[in-house]
Amino acid sequence: MALSHEIKTEFRQGLKDGTPIALGYFAVSAAFGILAAGIGLSPSIAMLISVTNLTSAGQFAGLTLIGGGSSLLEIGVTVLIINLRYLLMSLSLSQRLAPSVKFYQRFIMAHGITDEIFTVASLKEGAVSFGYMLGLMLLPIGGWSLGTYLGAAVTNLLPFFLQDALGIALYGMFIALLIPAIRQSAAILVVVVIAIALSCLFFYCPLFAHLSSGAAIIICTVISAGLGALIFPKEE
Amino acid sequence: MGYILSAILVMALVTYLPRVLPLTLFTGKLASPFWQSFLAYVPYAVLGAMTFPGIFYATESLPSALLGTLTAVIAAYSKQSLLTVALCAVAAAAIGNLLF
Repeated sequence: MALSHEIKTEFRQGLKDGTPIALGYFAVSAAFGILAAGIGLSPSIAMLISVTNLTSAGQFAGLTLIGGGSSLLEIGVTVLIINLRYLLMSLSLSQRLAPSVKFYQRFIMAHGITDEIFTVASLKEGAVSFGYMLGLMLLPIGGWSLGTYLGAAVTNLLPFFLQDALGIALYGMFIALLIPAIRQSAAILVVVVIAIALSCLFFYCPLFAHLSSGAAIIICTVISAGLGALIFPKEE
Repeated sequence: MGYILSAILVMALVTYLPRVLPLTLFTGKLASPFWQSFLAYVPYAVLGAMTFPGIFYATESLPSALLGTLTAVIAAYSKQSLLTVALCAVAAAAIGNLLF
């Protein structure tokens, strides 16, 4: 059974690549759980938000609006705008899927498209199979949900210096993804430098203070990937 | 309770739609080389924009974040795995938190 062996290998590789994401998610979602408990939600309801949404900025915004008793329309529009960047990632991932991926499996894989899971899946060598994506999603979904529950139930589980240090786990993983990529291709280096420059501009320039983090990522991505495609077309 | 459950349902829906629509509508390969290269560059652009300057504020103090960043860069240059780099950054930031 060579085929099922391959699926197992892909799934295991996914689990392995998902571990640092799960670790980082645990820390961030604990903060979400604490905030959710702060507006009076039970740990189970907070965890329900995390399982069904699996996103950071959108959940934090939604929670704030729920706390303020906003209308469902207002919640829907705000969260949708923050999550529009997933359109771009989903489209990008659609071009990387293995031919073996069945149509119904796309509906399952779609739920796993977060900023972090998407970049890890995209930067993997070769096409993205269903087994790999499933393995990659599993631990981060668990970490995100469990972290939310524990954050809401028990506020201070870890000593502060360690809890705080976990906040850098995701970024450490980003660095581990970025460095090999920019060493391998000058085109990617240019795209990354433009994206970082724009991101810093939006963050530090008071003119852009009103820009949400979701909108900033969309603008940085469209401009830098667009320039990259114009200057260095057809690079893999 | 009805309000909260409805709000969660709305949030889940507007989060899932942008994730699922392109993935299920675009089942073939795009023909245009421009769009193909654009979409191939998207993950690197997202990664760059997400990492900087966010990494500098990932922990309570700037020195501990810088120590974590530097450690991650060194570990990544030595071709360590994703998990190893992430754990090295956490360990360095934790030490930074105790020192500074």
